Amino acid sequence: MKNSLAQVFKSGKFLVGFSIIVAIVLAIIVYPLLVPGNPLEMIGVGTFFKPGTYISAYDAVNSRSFYTLNLTDAAAKRVASKLSDADREVMLEWFTLFFEENPGDVDLEEMDINDTQTLVTLWWETYDPSIRFDSMTSAKRKYIARVDAQLEGILEDADVIIAAENDDGTLSQSSVILGTDYVNVSDIASVRILPLGTDNFGRDVLKQMISACRTSLLIGLIAGTIATLIGLVLGLLSGYVGGIVDDVIMFVTNLFTVIPSFVLLILISFSIGQEQRGARVVAVVIGVTSWVWTTRSVRAQVVSLRNRDHVNLSKLSGHSLVRILIMDILPYIASYVIMAFILQVCSGILAEAQLSMLGLGPKTTQVPTLGLMMYWAMAYAAHINGAWWAYFPIVILIAIISFSLNLMNTGLDQVFNPQLRD
Amino acid sequence: MKGYRRYFGKKIIWFLITMFFAVVLNFLLPRLMPGDPVAGITGRAVSGMSDASVAQTIYNQYAERFGTNKPMYIQFFTYLKNLAHGDLGVSFSQYPRTVADILGASIVWTLVLQFPAIIVGWIIGNVLGALAAYIRKGFDKVLLPLSLFLSGLPAFGMAITLLVVFGINLKWLPTSGGYSFSLLPHFSFTFIKSVLYHYWLPFLSIVLIAIGGQAIGMRSMSIYELNADYVKYSRFLGIKDRKIVGYVFRNAMLPQITGLALSIGTMVSGALIAEIIFSYPGLGSSIYKGVFASDYPLISGSTLIITVMVLVASFAIDIVYGFIDPRVKAAQNE
Repeated sequence: MKNSLAQVFKSGKFLVGFSIIVAIVLAIIVYPLLVPGNPLEMIGVGTFFKPGTYISAYDAVNSRSFYTLNLTDAAAKRVASKLSDADREVMLEWFTLFFEENPGDVDLEEMDINDTQTLVTLWWETYDPSIRFDSMTSAKRKYIARVDAQLEGILEDADVIIAAENDDGTLSQSSVILGTDYVNVSDIASVRILPLGTDNFGRDVLKQMISACRTSLLIGLIAGTIATLIGLVLGLLSGYVGGIVDDVIMFVTNLFTVIPSFVLLILISFSIGQEQRGARVVAVVIGVTSWVWTTRSVRAQVVSLRNRDHVNLSKLSGHSLVRILIMDILPYIASYVIMAFILQVCSGILAEAQLSMLGLGPKTTQVPTLGLMMYWAMAYAAHINGAWWAYFPIVILIAIISFSLNLMNTGLDQVFNPQLRD
Repeated sequence: MKGYRRYFGKKIIWFLITMFFAVVLNFLLPRLMPGDPVAGITGRAVSGMSDASVAQTIYNQYAERFGTNKPMYIQFFTYLKNLAHGDLGVSFSQYPRTVADILGASIVWTLVLQFPAIIVGWIIGNVLGALAAYIRKGFDKVLLPLSLFLSGLPAFGMAITLLVVFGINLKWLPTSGGYSFSLLPHFSFTFIKSVLYHYWLPFLSIVLIAIGGQAIGMRSMSIYELNADYVKYSRFLGIKDRKIVGYVFRNAMLPQITGLALSIGTMVSGALIAEIIFSYPGLGSSIYKGVFASDYPLISGSTLIITVMVLVASFAIDIVYGFIDPRVKAAQNE
């Protein structure tokens, strides 16, 4: 036992997979301690906020201490941040049309649209809202007008005046914020880091993902345990007892091998109904529908073991069936069962994700699961909206979990089946 | 014909039995749930309706269809009778279209998408797995982790990744649908071109996933075989390496074919989810719509069709296997 454990931990593949899983479990435990709160709390009003650090604008403006920093590139950066790539493209397009009709000494080929200063200066020299190009759609014309309005006063160093309302309803200036005023982030009372932004409901994706990972791993564990237990018991009985028991069990097993378990999952989950479907129920349903592979392989192993001398000796000594199965047969197939268990956990997690993507996952208001997060991201077309943070980390996480579980399994396989070793 | 007849006879009987039980399960599972199934099913379907008489009509219609007041075995015979007529009921969400009509339109898409993809993935995966086992060293070191990662990636994850990279960022291929929105399904060159254009991404996502799983299986199988005694013996006899490898891979192939027959259900269910991502007009999308609208007849019809599809596929693979397996052939010559 000790020896084989030592061997298992010497296998590189197993170790890599195992370390990743341990890291994930640690993250699940540690992260909620660092960032407490309900993972399903809808903090954002609006959908799919970008990942980043969110600083309270109110606190920043009302900050007690402003610092003056004379940074030369600050103004240029400010302007550049107001013009998106699409805006610049449209401006270039306008220039092209303009200089076709009014040839000038400007070389558009050479022009760098990322050079904000030149771009804006040229824009102010040439742009005239009264010029209309026939080849331009009216939607584009309106877009250009909007860009122009945005540029109005963009290069001037106007200070921002903060005003407060007096008792009589008039506004009076309370403070002025200069272009060179800075605040230190650590002075600001309210800062929220959203490393993965928010989802369609305005919930913190990272926080939710960690909590979802926990639920999904639990679902995998419960489903895997149930499936392995059923599979083990049926496989042991079928392989050792033989006869009619074997026939019946194998008949049922073969039946459920060809009837896709996913179909059963759909039917059962739908029949249970949304209200009854908690994460645990889903886990049990997955476990109950996915034991066939374990039964098959355990049975095959047991059949090859049942006529070994030590088993016959036990039988002659009058040991009970349960005792023979546990003491004489189980130790020989234990490594096999553990490998099957790891795979069941993995497929349980995947099954939950798939089921949830169909809309048949756990009840949606209680717990996040990886599948449910995918479901909502897809339902709100996160992939079309470019909100990669709402689905991609989840895909990667599922892939990493299943990759490391599979890696552990391959590592174990190589330890216990020396033929597969390098 | 003795060997073949026995093999195929056994397979056909087994096919019929599984088919029967699949139908029974499809019938039984929703009815085993506690409570009045008709109320549960129609309740969810009509929850948004304001017109009480419509709800009552749907309830009565389904109470009659299900025949909940009659004993279970009579219900089952009614169910079988309807099934024999190809009557899968009327869809709740797309009333008054029948389920058979909806599924008839979507099954073609699923068949055309999934089976070529699974077969292609299977073939490429096996070739790569065999190569990895034979070459080992560097090739294996790259292929094994890659295959593990590919097969671990859920089908929908692969689908989304491909969709975002090739559909949205590079804009090479369309992101959704089975054909262009501006077209109606008809037989013409433009339509077929549009279908092929939309076919690539879903097809690739299924193929890539299949490659991963198959390569791992074939690799282990081939390594087992390469270490077998007959290989060592043949080497001692001085038989050419090429010839031995031929035998080895043929032997390693046989379990892979059985494996395909057994795992086709899992592959199909993964691909169904990929269909949803691409809004591909197949059975996966039908189930999705059915779940969304609590359309029980549509879901039950889809699951039945999928089961039948998978059963037929694995039956077909079993039949092919019979022709390839030397043991069946040997029994033939007895």
